[in-house]
Amino acid sequence: MATGVSGSEAVRVKPQEKFNFFQDERVRSVFFQILTVAIVGWLAWFLASNTAQNLDKRGLSFGFEFLDLVAPFDPDFKLISFTAGVDTYWRIFIIGILNTLYISFLAIIGMSFLGFSLGIMRLSNNWLISKVALAYVEIARNVPLLIQIIFWYSVIYAVLPRLKQSLDLSFGAELAFLNIRGLYVPWPVLGDLLWMTFLALAIAAIATYLFRRWVQKRQDLTGKSFPLLLPSAAILIIFPGLVFLLTGSPLSWDIPELKGFNFVGGASLPRAFIALLIALIFYHSAYLAEAVRAGILSVNKGQGEAAMAIGLRPNKVFSLVTIPQAMPAIVPPMISLWMNVVKNSSLATAIGYADLVAVYMQTSLNTAGHAIEIVGMTMGFYMITSLTISGLLNIYNKRVQLVER
Amino acid sequence: MSNSKTQQDQNTPDKLSSAISSEIMIELGTVNKWYGAFHVLKDINLVVHKGERIVVCGPSGSGKSTLIRCINHLEEHQEGSIVVDGITLDKNLKNLDHIRTEVGMVFQSFNLFPHLTILENLTLGPIWVRKMPKAEANANAMKYLERVKIPDQADKFPGQLSGGQQQRVAIARSLCMNPKIMLFDEPTSALDPEMIKEVLDVMVELADTGMTMIVVTHEMGFAKTIADRVIFMDQGDIVEENEPNEFFGNPQHERTQLFLSQIL
Ligand SMILES: Nc1ncnc2c1ncn2[C@@H]1O[C@H](COP(=O)(O)OP(=O)(O)OP(=O)(O)O)[C@@H](O)[C@H]1O
Ligand SMILES: [Mg+2]
Repeated sequence: MATGVSGSEAVRVKPQEKFNFFQDERVRSVFFQILTVAIVGWLAWFLASNTAQNLDKRGLSFGFEFLDLVAPFDPDFKLISFTAGVDTYWRIFIIGILNTLYISFLAIIGMSFLGFSLGIMRLSNNWLISKVALAYVEIARNVPLLIQIIFWYSVIYAVLPRLKQSLDLSFGAELAFLNIRGLYVPWPVLGDLLWMTFLALAIAAIATYLFRRWVQKRQDLTGKSFPLLLPSAAILIIFPGLVFLLTGSPLSWDIPELKGFNFVGGASLPRAFIALLIALIFYHSAYLAEAVRAGILSVNKGQGEAAMAIGLRPNKVFSLVTIPQAMPAIVPPMISLWMNVVKNSSLATAIGYADLVAVYMQTSLNTAGHAIEIVGMTMGFYMITSLTISGLLNIYNKRVQLVER
Repeated sequence: MSNSKTQQDQNTPDKLSSAISSEIMIELGTVNKWYGAFHVLKDINLVVHKGERIVVCGPSGSGKSTLIRCINHLEEHQEGSIVVDGITLDKNLKNLDHIRTEVGMVFQSFNLFPHLTILENLTLGPIWVRKMPKAEANANAMKYLERVKIPDQADKFPGQLSGGQQQRVAIARSLCMNPKIMLFDEPTSALDPEMIKEVLDVMVELADTGMTMIVVTHEMGFAKTIADRVIFMDQGDIVEENEPNEFFGNPQHERTQLFLSQIL
């Protein structure tokens, strides 16, 4: 092909491009970019100036000074202390964020475990198990989440006893109670020397880690495996337990007690919290189950056969060959489901759990005004949380790419 | 096919000598298998002695894969008996475990574990099934990688290897378990012609060590070189069974003649 280039071919020149200003691709692209920026800029300016004008007309102001004002109400569920009549809207904001993160965190853990179990159950050879899992998934996915939340809220109300007949979960020891208002459990009161027990626990954890490494090394060297679970548990329990007893058991319990119209002392989880937690787990685990099932099915059938052909037992085939290959397909949808859990927890407001939306974007907004600031801050929180979680996903994707090649 | 025939002529001209012992390695007694209503294996009787090399051929869908997959219980048979190395294949899981460790299998599509390095592919079985120390498993794996002539690929992932290299790794992976029997299901039919020879060479060397082998293949040159017996299957039956020269030179059944005329 390269041989025998004739003279005339060798001197061929690039044809002169005809430059037409209005038809040129580059000119057009720059033009449209400028136009877009101009329109967006004008819209932003229009909204901002109009808002400012209107706020002015109504004698309102824009600003975040209200955050320092004392909030005239007391959120009914909080992880940090709140003194009515002293603490500010800023503290309400923090309480709301913590409440949202708290329930989201528990729901994420719950739905991850349940979702994996259900996904595996769906693939079971046992007819009953797989059909039960299928029914669960279909029900949980086909009923709107809001309705599920209200359903669980009502179920708890219908099933649980009233205050005076509270269910004693400690079998007569009067330590933990369940009734239509929620769950009441003892809460630890930390003593002075308790840090020594924590130190002991940390040391035991490190010892367990070293022990496990030693077992792994031994298996590498001799092929013999060594029981892991019992010795690990012994180290983790016995050593800190001894330290705890020797330092005079520096821990007491605040036990809930029925006084008048409610339980006081201990810790409590209100009915709304329990209902929301169950609903979030129930709903999202069904979607995760489908992702897990699809991920496992996406692994080539020949992989399992090859693993069985070298003599691996089914459980080892699953954990050493199938699951590692399914994970890259499972993790991305799982992480975006975690994101959904955080966002959907805002439906708490329907049953009155004091999440960020209920306690800040509704109650605070009603008493303090400043809708734009409050809604903006709330949106900002959800955006930052979601972006953080999707950051996790990016890190995971990068790592998977590195490992595969 | 003609391609490999010339290769065979150039590279492995001599018929391998074989050392068949009287010891029986595999015995199938009137095995029947159905997929639903479809009768895949019909009264299959087959005895394979220690050190014997069997080539199975036949048209697509005749049940060749099903037959050898029944031997290590990747498929379940419904009637008849399968005895491998003196152990009957039944509902007893211990027997199944034992048979799986004694029988190696190589697949048409290699089926290497893509998330593990070549070395890890080879040591997975020895470490988890044979409970071999890691260092020993690694050394053992390297020995077999050398035997299939790719020790330098040990730390790569399967996706980085050519088809021929992958299939040689798959053979080495089976050999690492030190099996008494090797099953091959069309090991070269997913390969480009220039890679077929490198895999067949490895298999010929393996046959030379006295390994008991059942090979499903249409590589007739290879069959002539290593086979003690060629089995022709059609529609779930063993139609004809003979030593290779007779089988290729003087096929008895019409269906065998038709099949041979199509592939040669
Ligand atoms: N899991 C299955 N379910 C139903 N039918 C099957 C299944 N596996 C195989 N078959 C059928 O059983 C018959 C035998 O299949 P088998 O794979 O053993 O054939 P083969 O001789 O290996 O063919 P090939 O040369 O194409 O590999 C085919 O008709 C096939 O369609
Ligand atoms: Mg086949």
